Amino acid sequence: MCLAVPGEILSIDEGDPILRKARVSFGGMVKEVSLALLPEASEGQYVLVHAGVGISIVNDAEAERIFDYLDQLGELEESGGASS
Amino acid sequence: MNGQTPESLSCPLPLPQDEQITMIHGGGGTAMHRLIERVFKSQFDNDLLRQDHDAAVFAVDGTRFAFTTDSFVIQPLVFPGGDIGSLAVYGTVNDLAMAGARPLYLSAGFIVEAGLPTQVLSDIVASMQRAAEASNIQIVTGDTKVVEHGHGDGVFINTAGIGVIEHGRVIAPRSIQPGDAVLVSGDLGRHGIAVMAVREGLEFETTLTSDCAPLAAPVLALLRENVAIRCLRDLTRGGLTSAVNEIAAASGRAVHLRESAIPVRDDVRGACELLGLDPLAVANEGRFVAIVDHSDADRALDTLRGHAVDTTPAVIGEVLDSSPARVTIESRIGSVRILDMPSGEQLPRIC
Amino acid sequence: MKYIDEYRDASNARRIADEIRRVTTGPHAIMEVCGGQTHAIVKFGIDELLPPAIELIHGPGCPVCVTPVELIDKAIAIARQPDAVFCSFGDMLRVPGSRDDLFRAKASGADVRIVYSPLDALNLAKNNPGKQVVFFAVGFETTAPANALAVFQAHQSNIENFSILCSHVLVPPAMEAILSSPDCRVNGFLAAGHVCTIMGYTEYEPLAKKYNVPIVVTGFEPLDILHGVLLCVRQLEEGRAEVENQYARSVSREGNRHAQRLIETVYQIAPRGWRGIGTIARSGLALRPPFDRYDAERRFDVSEIVAHESEDCISGLVLRGVKKPRECPAFGTRCTPDHPLGAPMVSGEGACAAYYRYKQSEPAVLAGPCA
Repeated sequence: MCLAVPGEILSIDEGDPILRKARVSFGGMVKEVSLALLPEASEGQYVLVHAGVGISIVNDAEAERIFDYLDQLGELEESGGASS
Repeated sequence: MNGQTPESLSCPLPLPQDEQITMIHGGGGTAMHRLIERVFKSQFDNDLLRQDHDAAVFAVDGTRFAFTTDSFVIQPLVFPGGDIGSLAVYGTVNDLAMAGARPLYLSAGFIVEAGLPTQVLSDIVASMQRAAEASNIQIVTGDTKVVEHGHGDGVFINTAGIGVIEHGRVIAPRSIQPGDAVLVSGDLGRHGIAVMAVREGLEFETTLTSDCAPLAAPVLALLRENVAIRCLRDLTRGGLTSAVNEIAAASGRAVHLRESAIPVRDDVRGACELLGLDPLAVANEGRFVAIVDHSDADRALDTLRGHAVDTTPAVIGEVLDSSPARVTIESRIGSVRILDMPSGEQLPRIC
Repeated sequence: MKYIDEYRDASNARRIADEIRRVTTGPHAIMEVCGGQTHAIVKFGIDELLPPAIELIHGPGCPVCVTPVELIDKAIAIARQPDAVFCSFGDMLRVPGSRDDLFRAKASGADVRIVYSPLDALNLAKNNPGKQVVFFAVGFETTAPANALAVFQAHQSNIENFSILCSHVLVPPAMEAILSSPDCRVNGFLAAGHVCTIMGYTEYEPLAKKYNVPIVVTGFEPLDILHGVLLCVRQLEEGRAEVENQYARSVSREGNRHAQRLIETVYQIAPRGWRGIGTIARSGLALRPPFDRYDAERRFDVSEIVAHESEDCISGLVLRGVKKPRECPAFGTRCTPDHPLGAPMVSGEGACAAYYRYKQSEPAVLAGPCA
């Protein structure tokens, strides 16, 4: 169960940490999201949101890793002459 | 698969959905179709009803007419980009257009809940008149009933309409041929998401408005351009998924769609991702699917572009020369799956 | 949409699938624990890209499917109380209780509302002081902090007309229940990426060691799932049994500490009944004092409600991966999404519904190794 969707933090409403909120954009559709679990999240970052609550900050460097791996696969294919 | 039921099989108790009417029977899915078959069609049975179309088509003294009716129950009464009044006019105008008719006259029946402010009703009626002018029709007869407070959501509206068919084409599911192109008149899901975005407990901040619009003009333009239209269907409850499944079932043909070709705006997709909805099954009120001879597909697209204010029509699939009658879809990663009729109204989910 | 679209690319999906085919020799049965992954697998047709030697088994990771029928009955009883506003995720409305579901309760006049977040239910309570607002707090570790946050905020702001009907379940005990069962066929696991976003994955390390089974923390997009399968197959082919993290853009080994602290503050570990599996010790969460004031089961007297869970309901076998949906004699005939006989046919994530929607007309050929 666990639909969680990455969205971009547009602005943050600071205050009591347990009530910390942000406006988060999902493809232009903006929803108010709790940042109570992400005290270190800041504007412009992407957060993964589940049931109205941010649960993690998307790590951009890690997000690239699968594509680096795919590039390696591509090099292997070319050098090994493997067909896809 | 259809083996004998062993003694050991006792899943959690089934709930026979059809003993009484539940909300699921109004959701535009399989439960609603079953109700129509078992309760209405079985008893009203006649040749015109068996046409299985949004409007009945009949001839009087050599002139063909289309006749249809539709009821409107929506909360909130006013939503971004429309209201129950404009919806009630466009819904019936669009059903006539889908039969290839030029809409002429509408009736309007109101069931008003005691306690509704008169100004609210007056605003809705004003909106209906503006929609009638935009659709080039007149509302020529009507009726009003009032029910006790608590027995209706402010106002329910029924409209019926009649239009004239001024061409010789048979626009119906039975006309579709293998190889025909499947077109959609614009991007999907705006109406359902715009209405949802203002519901308590699901609010979004958005500039998105309903796609609610009259569709007679683009259809009449296609007919003027002599596009070989086989079948038209406006997309309402159950969205594209429901409409294409209805066409496949009524025509006995298999239809294949390509997901990557189906236009959906990013904000609609964003809301659908968040709420666990399938944009292909979300409600629309100003979109239609057109099945045309494949050699006319480009001309049809050009014609539709002339009528699409802020969206792009697209070819999204084709009719196959295969059986059984069903809808398949090529997913974004290239696999093919069955696109089944939704079972009822989609509910926002988190799992 | 960033972090979504690039993970749905057809040519990259095929390249990973080709690599899976290249490294696979033996038959492997891999269980994706989370229903969200089941949903993505059938929706995108991910399984069609896999070689026949790999069988995906759909796990118990759908809280809708595992919620005991008794709790649905309690939910309906609460919803029917005067002055109660019963809020739920949309998922739970069509799950059959003993006689009814929440959808029918709503149709017959109960104030049942669908919300997106437990915080929306808390707002309803704030705005309707004359009503008792109850939220149906179902879910795994992913949803627990959101529900805990609502309770914590209610406690902090003294919002007394709010409570939750709590049915939180935990993933690792369920995985252990599957692994320790004599009819277990699972060779490797894709662990639920969003559960691990909250909890990290240290809990899985002893499981991988004890049962000698690879566990790959996996995301939800097609490329994630294919990549997770590839990492799992590589381990199986090389005879390794480790915990690997495919979903590092969201998951760290220690998880979200703030979320964990909130869960520990508001909840305590408790036994939970799982539909189709039975009661599993220490497999769920219950409110701990002083937060148990917000427990709807205490606020509304529903302790009388007892429902019989059938011991031999096949949904239990489906949830444990022992049987495939199509092996159920009622599948697609007496049991369909319109007429669900069991919860896995109700939830969009349920294995049976997923099969029915996307695969109903395939021949019922069930290949697959037994572990």
